[in-house]
Parts: sequence; C-alpha cells; structure tokens
Amino acid sequence: MATVAEQPTISTFETPGTGIGTWTGGVLGYMRRNPELIFGLALLMLLLAFIVVGHVTANLDKAKPLSGRPLLAPSQVNPFGTDKQGRDLYAVMVLGTPQTLEIGVLAGLIGVTVGTILALVSAFYGGRADAVIRGIVDIGLTIPGLMVLVTLAMNVKGGLSIPQMVLVVAALAWLFPARVIRAQVLSVRERSYVDVARLSGMSGPKIIVREVMPNLMPYIVASLVGAISAAVLASIGLEVLGLGSFDSVTIGMTLYWVIYYAAIINSWWWWWLPPIIIIIILFTGLFLVAVGLDEFANPRIRRRA
Amino acid sequence: MRPDYLVKRIGLFLLIIWLASTVDFFLPRLGGGDPIRAQLAAQAAMGGNSQIGTKDMIAEYDRRFGLDKPLIVQYLTYLNDTAHLEFNFSMAAYPTKVIDIIGRALPWTITLLTVTTLLAWTIGTVLGAILSRPNAPRILKFILAPILTLSAIPFFLLGLLLIYVLGFQLRWFPLAGGFDQGLLPAWDPKIIMNMVYHSILPALSIILASIGFWTLGMRGVMVSSHGEDYLLFADAKGLRGRTVFWRYSIRNSLLPQLTALALALGNIVSGAVLVEVIFQYPGMGTLLYQSIRSSDFYMIQRLVFIIIVAIGFATLVLDLIYPLLDPRITYARR
Repeated sequence: MATVAEQPTISTFETPGTGIGTWTGGVLGYMRRNPELIFGLALLMLLLAFIVVGHVTANLDKAKPLSGRPLLAPSQVNPFGTDKQGRDLYAVMVLGTPQTLEIGVLAGLIGVTVGTILALVSAFYGGRADAVIRGIVDIGLTIPGLMVLVTLAMNVKGGLSIPQMVLVVAALAWLFPARVIRAQVLSVRERSYVDVARLSGMSGPKIIVREVMPNLMPYIVASLVGAISAAVLASIGLEVLGLGSFDSVTIGMTLYWVIYYAAIINSWWWWWLPPIIIIIILFTGLFLVAVGLDEFANPRIRRRA
Repeated sequence: MRPDYLVKRIGLFLLIIWLASTVDFFLPRLGGGDPIRAQLAAQAAMGGNSQIGTKDMIAEYDRRFGLDKPLIVQYLTYLNDTAHLEFNFSMAAYPTKVIDIIGRALPWTITLLTVTTLLAWTIGTVLGAILSRPNAPRILKFILAPILTLSAIPFFLLGLLLIYVLGFQLRWFPLAGGFDQGLLPAWDPKIIMNMVYHSILPALSIILASIGFWTLGMRGVMVSSHGEDYLLFADAKGLRGRTVFWRYSIRNSLLPQLTALALALGNIVSGAVLVEVIFQYPGMGTLLYQSIRSSDFYMIQRLVFIIIVAIGFATLVLDLIYPLLDPRITYARR
C-alpha cells in the first residue's frame, strides 16, 4: 500500500525510452519491456479459445446429470470422461469456465465501480464522509472476507445462483479498490491542473470526470485485474464449502463434487485435472497481467529491480 | 506507547466483535421470516432420532428469541449470550453445545495457521531481501519464477495436487485427517509425531503457496529503499556491506512487511479454511464445511464469529508489536 501512495500518474502509454510517440508504438514498446503482460494475456486467450472451440464442438446438453454412464474415463465420445452423476465433463468445463469468469468479471466490475465512486467521494469531499469510508475500509480489510461471505450466503435459500453469487462476492470486492484508488485521488487532487480547473470555475463533478478520472485509469485497470482474481477465488471458496447452487456447473461446483466424492483418492484423475488446470491457467494469467501492468500503474518503479 | 492509543486500538477490536455479532443477529432476520426457527422446524419435520432434541431447541429458542418479545430484547439477549460464550446447542449434534465442538477444533487451526504463517513469512521475507541485491545467488533467481507462480494459485488447489502426488501416488504422507484412526490426541511424543506427520501436507500447501507473496513484497520494499540517505550514510561511515544489509536495509523494510502481514491475515485464514476441508483436517474449516452440509445454522454462525474475533485479536497483537520493532513509532498524538 505504501508503494502506491505517493506515485505520480501518467496519462498516456508514451515513454521516453522508446522514442516512439504514437499510441500503438507505445503499447508495443510497453509490451516489450513487460513480457509478463504478453504471457498473461496469452494464457487468458487460451481460456477464451477453449470456451469458443468448446461451444462449437461440445454437446452442451450432456452437462446435465445422468446424460451418460457415470465415471467413464476419457474416450472419443467423452473427451474429458464423465463424473459420478453422469455429467459429460467436457461439456461441464465448456459451460462452467465462462460462468466462473462471468462471476469474477461482474463482481470485479461492481467492486471497482463502487470502490472508485467511494474513493472519489472520500478523497474529494473529505471530512466526515472520508472518515466513515476510510474507517469501514480499514476494518473491512482486516476481517476474513470469506467468513463474511459465508454469513451472507447461508441466509440465501437453496444455494447461490450465479447472479446471487455475483452480488454476494461483490459485497466485499469494493474494499481494496476503494483504498488503493483513494490514495491515488489524494495525490492527483493536489496537482496544479486540478487547481487550474478549479480556478477557471469548473464544478466539482466536472473536475472529477474531466481531469481526475483520466489520470486514475491506470490504477482502476490494475485494481480491476486484482478484483476479478479475488472475486473468482471467493466464489470458488463459497462453492467448495457447499454454498453454491447444486444445479450450476461452475468450476467451483465441479471441485465441490470432486471433494464430496473423494475423486482424488479414487484415481478418477480425469474428473479433477481439468478444473485444476483451468483455474491454474486463469489465476496465473491474471497474475501475470497484474505484474505486467505494474509499470503502467506505478511508472516510477520502472525496471528498477 | 501512549495509553490513549492502546485504548483506541482495543476499542477498535471491541467494535469488530460488536459489529460481527450484530450482523450475525440481524442478517437472518432481515428477510422478514426467521430462518433459524424455520431450519429448526424443518429438522423437526424430518423426524428421526434427533427430533426430541430439535423440539427442545425450538422451545428454548422461542423462550429466548420468541417473536412475542420486542426485537431489542431479543438483540440484547443475543449480545449477552455472545459475551458469555453461551453459543447454544449444535443443531446437528444435539445435545452437544456449539462452544464445546468449536473448542475442540480451534487448537488445530491455531497451531496450523501460526506455524505456517510464521514459516512462510520468514522464508519469504529473507528470500525477498536476498533477491533484492544485485549479486543474489543464481539458484535463488531460478526458484523465484515457480514460487511466484505458486503464489498465484489458491492454497487448496496446491493441496489437491500434493495429496495426489505425495499422498496418493508416492504414499509418503497420509491422505487426510489430523491423526491416525484409533489414536486419541494427547500429550504423548508418539501421538504428537503422528499429528505432525498428518499436518505436513496441509502445512506445505499453505507455505508453498504464500512464500511468493512475502518474497515479492519484501523485494519491492528493499528495492525502493536503495539509495535512501540512511543507507548512503551507513556506507559512507565505512560499515561492512553485510552490516548495512542486515542491520539497516532489512530492519527498515520489516515494518511494511509486518503491516502487510496484519492485512493479509484475513486472506490467509480464508485460504486455510479450504485447505482444511480438502485434507479433512480436524480444525475450524472442516467443521465449517460439515456444518454447512448439515445446515447447522448455530454452528456456522458462531464459527464465523469466532474466526473473525480470532483474526481481529491477532491483528491487534501485531499492531501492538510495531513500536517494539520500530522505535520511531510511539503512537504519540500528532
């Protein structure tokens, strides 16, 4: 947190080192300096390709229980085999991966949006609003998030559907973005161009939209990557604990059944290997993107290590 | 340390306890109905040998939290119960009390979490400090990539892989549980060794998956301290490189690492809960999983409460340790 606090902002991708002034040139140069970003995006693309190819090739009806014989090892007919309830695991993965992603992206977007708004209110108007928001964020961040989500989830009857899951996970997803972005607004607020705008009679909200927001974008993008990753992790956690909907076929629910039927010590490897690989690809991809975006959000740390 | 800071910090801890129990009380009642009573009634309707207990529990519940009483009275009863650790019966294991079951699970979790967090934090911090130097050993640079990758995946996923490879395929470690069946936990060297043996895989999944986080954090702090005036001055004084590194660089970078630890405790416990589930480790996480499966409302509510309070307490302790490590912090009023 301390590392983010007092950093300057950049408004474009342009960097002095490359000497290329164009936007695309800046992006290319940036990627060359941060190969993590390319690897990360490639991993995420791989997942998207799997989803697209899967939707073309898989018979998605077979993701329902009893659509085949149970516990078949992978074969021509069932490329990923079937689980104990007779779901075709290829169809389950093809349907479940985008659902899990959807939970993460929607909850992450809600979290970052709410977090940004609160950060702006908190930093720009200060006073009591700032004290209250900062207090809630400081306390909220030290509380084990999953436990709060369990409390929320157990008050929903019959397991969380996907939209309910999004809302429950989003309930805490704004805390971290609010903290990081608030620190950033505080530093942007003191810039002279904000003073100029204020002196020229621009209204508060207009200053926020026209002058502050563009300079916050790097942090908002970086926060979004982190928020998506955290939201996916939280939703999988709730599902593994048995709080998801037993009808849904997300990656987390697949892992719930894997644990429920002890698939690992029964050598049904085809059942647990695909969801694990998908999660590893997803988290590693998001992590590498976050590392790759670090220079974008904190230009001062540029290649020092 | 100023007493007013101490009072304020302990006040914050009490605030967390109060907030947690208040949310626990009001959340189930927000929907209009009373899901706890509904759950009890549903269990009674199912019949079976737990029915007598369930009827007793409904009677007891109505007596204490009946709808004929004003909400504020119910609320105060609830707060009073919480303050006295009067946590009611377990719905799934009547007539055992919730607090007794939690009391048996808690030491397992505390031990596992304390040992793994301390180890991961120490290893990660030292590794990060060494890696921040330009002349870091080559081998360490090679293990950085896998360790960072591990830090990106959830603890329990690594646990699943460890169970399969080290437990199931190689049969080096037990697959599940906290001790061999037939043994009873006791202060006996043989039994303790058995418990340690069972906890190696769960511990390993937490440690391996969190070292990277601390390494990255420490390296970042150390790198950004390069070129600080106090390091320049230490060099100029002619201190040996090793002294500057250990006594100046590392010492000054420890505080941000400790702050990060206080902030990460919540996430660590969230991850460890799931590790316990996949290893059926007899701690709070496994208990939570079983309670969710048997819809043991009281148990879930109080488990969550105890975990939040425990983490709140650990954070409090860490906050009070700061001034011991860093004499600059006196918590004096500005």
